[in-house]
Amino acid sequence: MLKIENLTKTFDPGTVNEKKVINRLNLQISAGDFITVIGGNGAGKSTMLNLICGVYPADGGKIILAGNEIQDMPEYKRAKDFGRVFQDPLMGTAANMQLAENLALAFRRGKRRGLSWGILEEERELYRKRLATFGLGLEDRLNDKIGLLSGGQRQAVTLLMATLKTPKLLLLDEHTAALDPNTAEIVLNLTDQIISEQNLTALMVTHNMQAAIDHGNRLIMMDKGNIIYDVRGPEKQKLKVEDLLRLFQELSVGGSVSDSMLG
Amino acid sequence: MQFLLAVEGAVAQGLLWSILALGSYLTFRLLNFTDMTVDGSFTTGACVTAVCIANGIPPALALLVSLVAGSFAGAITGFLHNKLEIPEVLAGILTQISLYSINLRIMGRANQQLLQYDTIFKQLKNLLAGIGLELSSDRVAILIGLVFVTIVIVVLYWFFGTEIGSIIRATGNNEAMVRALGQNTQNTKFIALIIANSCIALAGSLVGMYQGAADVGMGAGAIVIGLASIVIGEVILRRVIAFGSKMVAVVIGSIIYRIIVALVLQLGLSTNDLKLITAIIVALALFLPNAVSKHNAKKARELAARENSDA
Ligand SMILES: Nc1ncnc2c1ncn2[C@@H]1O[C@H](COP(=O)(O)OP(=O)(O)OP(=O)(O)O)[C@@H](O)[C@H]1O
Ligand SMILES: [Mg+2]
Repeated sequence: MLKIENLTKTFDPGTVNEKKVINRLNLQISAGDFITVIGGNGAGKSTMLNLICGVYPADGGKIILAGNEIQDMPEYKRAKDFGRVFQDPLMGTAANMQLAENLALAFRRGKRRGLSWGILEEERELYRKRLATFGLGLEDRLNDKIGLLSGGQRQAVTLLMATLKTPKLLLLDEHTAALDPNTAEIVLNLTDQIISEQNLTALMVTHNMQAAIDHGNRLIMMDKGNIIYDVRGPEKQKLKVEDLLRLFQELSVGGSVSDSMLG
Repeated sequence: MQFLLAVEGAVAQGLLWSILALGSYLTFRLLNFTDMTVDGSFTTGACVTAVCIANGIPPALALLVSLVAGSFAGAITGFLHNKLEIPEVLAGILTQISLYSINLRIMGRANQQLLQYDTIFKQLKNLLAGIGLELSSDRVAILIGLVFVTIVIVVLYWFFGTEIGSIIRATGNNEAMVRALGQNTQNTKFIALIIANSCIALAGSLVGMYQGAADVGMGAGAIVIGLASIVIGEVILRRVIAFGSKMVAVVIGSIIYRIIVALVLQLGLSTNDLKLITAIIVALALFLPNAVSKHNAKKARELAARENSDA
């Protein structure tokens, strides 16, 4: 489904700040995979996701989505295939626009926008229904400005926005990290619910080891711009947090298990 | 009586200039883009109209030509910012400066009188007189101002409700999100700059015809006048949130600005002091809301402190 070959990214090349962040990374994602991604601060997790959707260009390597090389496409052209939720709840929504308007913008992801009305009456019904399944009472707030919602509510909305038009790949970058534990749990369960209902393929970065084990069918661990551990299926289900910490110590370059691993 | 007449003139001017303020509102507030093209595109509107009319082109058509000229001005700023990656403020200033030369070229001189020619103001005045309705020039200007302001607001209201319009509003909120939703933010900014400067040139065209002359210097400080209208409208109608009402607030702000100016002139200050006065109005209008909310916060703290000590 998505294949990454020898992907490389260096920030600020030729300066004192030069930093090789992604280093000949290879990854193959099959349709239906729900992969959790763990790794210390600065391991390159966010950079990998940003390279996939084209926030900035890669220096080398290929990104192949459903048979097409996309590494040279601008971000806005790739967007039709990717749904994204960011760590910062402010990043996924337009604060001054209504909840319904935000959803309508997302409903047209990757579509040519024309002069027809930005939101149709029948869409509202769809949005109301979808929001009602969240059980957060958001279905009654369609006309509220997004800026009035809490961080958790905004993340739930962003999650719906990312999946309203079914993406080929859903990219979640620590999308519950800014939420209190209770809300994080709610949003994580919503994530599971949406991914299984729509049978999505997803990458989810998290610093919560337990969540990384409990969710998804595959887990990868990153360090210094590369994947150092990749496990799936029953073997993954059997993992314990201690196992992951030990593995990280064994496999990572330098090998000191860091608090950063735990966020 | 003298003052009432001055107020009529102020309302007329306020309405005509409010179209410039609406254009600035689109870039400054909706798109969150500090567009400095304004002074240039406003003058371009007036100059193009003057040349057209002096060459026998019907005034209504001259209006349209000016509007298109304004769209080019916006397009240049968009090009400088998007393609040459020049920061937005500088991109606008470069367009504005170059428009000074271009406007001189368009007119072939610094000033073009229109008194001996027909304008839409004279045409309407004569038309009304023909059916027995004798109106003063200012009242005719108010009528025309109302018609154009209504058209502009209705068109903008419609456009910013469409798919393209919605994504432009979103661009002003959150560019990263717009790209993630598959839209090229360079295009959205480009479109917004074109629309805004079309409005601004339209205002220039109307003001030029109303004054009966176009002058290459007439746009100096127009941007601050637009801002003054926006912030006055926001201060006075603080609670409105719907897009349509916000545009109406800008128009009201523009009229109030002109009434303040008329008052100040009545008090004996000269037109040369206007720029200073405008700057002071903008500074005050920007400062007041902050001062009020700080004052309220202080009150709330005092109340909390008192309740604590009572408890
Ligand atoms: N735009 C940028 N310019 C320069 N350096 C960057 C940029 N983005 C990331 N980096 C650097 O690249 C490295 C990897 O960053 P990245 O955000 O991918 O890490 P991460 O694995 O997501 O970490 P975290 O868990 O802290 O989010 C870091 O050292 C970071 O400072
Ligand atoms: Mg990160």
